[in-house]
Amino acid sequence: MNQYDAIVIGAGHNGLTNGAYLAKAGLKVAVLERNPYIGGATVSRELHKGWWYSNCSYVSSLLRPEITRDLELPRHGLQVVSFGGGATFMRNGDYFGNYSDHGRHYREIARHSKRDANAYDRYAADTSLQTKLIRPYLMRTPPDPTSLKPRDLRDLLEFARSFMDLGEEKLLDTIKFWTASVGDYLNEYFETDVIKAHMAGSGIIGTALGVYSPGTAYVLLHHYMGDVDGNVGAWGFARGGMGAIANALSKAFQSFGGEIICDANVDEVIVKNGKAAGVALKDGREYRAPIVVSNLDPKRTFLDIINPSDLPKDVLKKATNFKIRGSSGKLNIALDGLPVFHGLDPKNRLMAGDLHFSDSLERQERAYDDWKAGTWSKDPYLDMMIPSLTDPTMAPPGKHMMSVFVQYAPPKIEGREWTDADKDGFEKSVIDQISNYSPNFRDLILHCETRTPREIEAEVGLTEGNIFMGELTFDQLLFNRPFPGYAQYRSPIKGMYMCSSGTHPGGGVMAAPGANAAREILADLKRPNTVPGGYADD
Amino acid sequence: MTDYDAVIIGAGHNGLVCAGYLAKAGKNVLVVDGRTEPGGCASTREFTPGFRVSDCAQWLSQFDQSIVKDLDLTGAGLSLGKPKATIALQPDSNHLILDGDTITGAGVDSADQTAYRDFKNMVRSFAKLMTTLYRSRPPKLVEQNWADRLTLMKLGLGLKLLGRERLRDLMRIVMINIYDVMNEHFANAAVKSAIALDAITGTNMGPRSPNTVYSYLHRATGEHLAQTGTTQVMGGMGALGQSLANAAEKRGATLRLGSPVTAIVKTDDRVTGVTLASGETISAKLVISSADPTTTFRNLLGYHQMEAGMARRVEHYRSRSGTAKLHLALSAVPNFKGLTEAQLTERLVITPSMDGMETALNPMKYRELSDLHTFDISIPTLEDPALAPAGQHVLSAIVHYVPYTPDIGWEAGKPQLLNQLLRELEVFAPGISELVIASDLAVPSDLEASHGMTGGSWHHGELSIDQALMMRPFPGSTQYATAVNGLYLCGAGAHPGGGLQGLPGRNAAKEILKQGALS
Repeated sequence: MNQYDAIVIGAGHNGLTNGAYLAKAGLKVAVLERNPYIGGATVSRELHKGWWYSNCSYVSSLLRPEITRDLELPRHGLQVVSFGGGATFMRNGDYFGNYSDHGRHYREIARHSKRDANAYDRYAADTSLQTKLIRPYLMRTPPDPTSLKPRDLRDLLEFARSFMDLGEEKLLDTIKFWTASVGDYLNEYFETDVIKAHMAGSGIIGTALGVYSPGTAYVLLHHYMGDVDGNVGAWGFARGGMGAIANALSKAFQSFGGEIICDANVDEVIVKNGKAAGVALKDGREYRAPIVVSNLDPKRTFLDIINPSDLPKDVLKKATNFKIRGSSGKLNIALDGLPVFHGLDPKNRLMAGDLHFSDSLERQERAYDDWKAGTWSKDPYLDMMIPSLTDPTMAPPGKHMMSVFVQYAPPKIEGREWTDADKDGFEKSVIDQISNYSPNFRDLILHCETRTPREIEAEVGLTEGNIFMGELTFDQLLFNRPFPGYAQYRSPIKGMYMCSSGTHPGGGVMAAPGANAAREILADLKRPNTVPGGYADD
Repeated sequence: MTDYDAVIIGAGHNGLVCAGYLAKAGKNVLVVDGRTEPGGCASTREFTPGFRVSDCAQWLSQFDQSIVKDLDLTGAGLSLGKPKATIALQPDSNHLILDGDTITGAGVDSADQTAYRDFKNMVRSFAKLMTTLYRSRPPKLVEQNWADRLTLMKLGLGLKLLGRERLRDLMRIVMINIYDVMNEHFANAAVKSAIALDAITGTNMGPRSPNTVYSYLHRATGEHLAQTGTTQVMGGMGALGQSLANAAEKRGATLRLGSPVTAIVKTDDRVTGVTLASGETISAKLVISSADPTTTFRNLLGYHQMEAGMARRVEHYRSRSGTAKLHLALSAVPNFKGLTEAQLTERLVITPSMDGMETALNPMKYRELSDLHTFDISIPTLEDPALAPAGQHVLSAIVHYVPYTPDIGWEAGKPQLLNQLLRELEVFAPGISELVIASDLAVPSDLEASHGMTGGSWHHGELSIDQALMMRPFPGSTQYATAVNGLYLCGAGAHPGGGLQGLPGRNAAKEILKQGALS
């Protein structure tokens, strides 16, 4: 019996969240997954015996606490352990440490620059104000500014009021923050290269823009607006790898009677009389439901699995123009022991944090120049972690697992597809970069999984390997995400919805798009809402 | 008793426009400037004996027509040339011609034609909306009064009249980059880069940089403001400065040229006048500065005269520019491949593909010289032979991207850059180097020194969203009145910004008169 009340395409974290809330409302829901395993980019895989790789997303902060609590994810096995700080290694043998303890952090900044240490509190306060502004809107459907519906007008007014309440100057500062480059934003506070570079990393991760490109300050905010256990801005590891999040969500979904079907590769959404009626798989199987929810990115949703004749022309054009750019790659490495880095005591807690090697904005910008020229960065920006220092389940005792996020890697090499030789060259540039700062690193490598945008797209189905399912630029945020006029999770086809990171509030392992979409679907079905509202910050 | 009602710092076009309006209203106004000619960036310079060029700005395309009328600039001697087409030179000599709403050459087909018309229509509707905002005081968003509310209502109505789809287009594209917008609209590479050039002119941004669509729309307001097309000013751009000076003086304003202001005098809690290099102090009820915000607040007023928060905003006001100006004195008409002599009177542009422009930009970011540039070329002597000795010509070009100071220094860098530019010109105009009698290259640091523009920024500060409209130049000093009592802004660092529009000067004068600050 292949008849359901709702079908969700894609068992990534948003698809599972969406399915869970629909099932909780009493709907008969199936989540279809192309791969033989669930999770999408929120996955842990044992790719080398004894080592578990969070082989796409690798740290957690954005996952909405409302959802964690409401779906009782801890009861379903999820534990997120925050890690403290991080470091950027410098070419002169020194490093800059980012400590979670405020006093220690102040002293560390002051070691590099007294002036910057004094600017840090101002920076933290200003940035925290921005996160407080945006956080209440994460668990809400964005209003349509071109609509005259009472709900949109009311929400817009409320939105406008929360900004007006800032007062003239703070409001203008906010606009500045939302439009500035992360380089310019940091220049307003700090003078020291390594300090700026350490912080600027969050402004470019997953983004096809450089540190001098306007709009990257927002990307920084996007990485600051999450929390671990109420600690806003903190990041943590999911015990057992990021797959633990998908596993917990799937258990919650199944506890409401939901069904997960793997190895189910959707070929096309079946549309009858302008309404969604189900999906047809590539192997010929069909599943029927009056509600179809796509957790694929907007390009795949509208250009791959829907017959163009079922869509208005403007949507086809908008989907074609949707910006989803490959900009990053990943190395997952099994290590025979703990690597040692110049200048840093291996017992220092910073080792368990995020480690980097770009000590100036200029180096980060040059890395972007390579991307613009259609090649991987020769001096790449790395966001490197050793999660096994925090979570011993990731590797055998005494051994370590290392996750290296790499920026930049273009979707195509000088206009052509990636080759295996390119992949080797990319891998080498990363290994070389780390080896420059760690004498024993190269000899510790037991296994290395290298993922360019080509591999990420092939496995996870993210177009161009873009981790956010669409650039986080203002033209694709809030009521513009994925496109103006379609930001409320409804597609132009009746009964067909979107719940991916390509919708508001966007990318990262947040689960808010899946939950928000469920709320809209339940409203259309006139069912009671099961989705929790956002928590208020104090 | 003060010497004057208002003393205006800077006899650039905005300072003179402001003076003209205030004098017309019967106010006793003094304009002071360190330069010996009026006009500021609207100036003509004899860079080598017998050859005169438009020193900085070379095209008039957005000067607000209401100012021409209100100050009777035509009567004061302003005379414009004929409207010019833009010819984007191609290496294969199949040049792209952009004339009004039509494009020809460079392999454009009917699909490109239609796309271009649609694009121009879209831009026109957005630029019209901006014009509403440009001709008004920038409204405050929170602490509004009735005037602000009226502007916002007009704006809201304009947005509504765009229609839903256009409004959605606007919401999406206004924050993004010209690179993506070009790729969405056009297939032809020559069309894309010719339009992209207008989006980056006067800036330090590449086509991929967000804010370039705004910068393009800013230029596009010219179609509504000036309605003259792109023209040259007969006698060089200095003739515009001279006509503005004539108009202001005729209405009773006093000009003192060759008298640099060294300080703005603040007594207790308000500004009371200015000090000149001669040591003389001039008192006035108001000081109105058409100098850029950094010069005004940091150099002339001084950080010790303002609150720390404001000093910080001044310090972080961004005025970077990648624009240089090249002048060549030529012994004869240069020969450009594939162009008739008549076509040489048009606006000629040379630009690589959009990706090439990005590559050309990269070295500037690291204080290096590029081996690829964009050119926006004028040969004014073809329409205005009086600018050079008979039979001889000048060629002026706006060039991108040039660093403020390269690491090798300008002493070594300038000859190298000049040679490079000539090499690039040779590709399109073979033999031009042999015609060169004299040359002059003004890099951003030269423009800063000669015209007092911080960073060499033609716009008196980058035209990015966070430094535009109600945020220009920075919060707290946005409606021409600054956070310092008695000190006003009327230059391009105030709304609506740079380019030869004259609107900052006009709007500032109107605001001052309306506020009754001089009564």
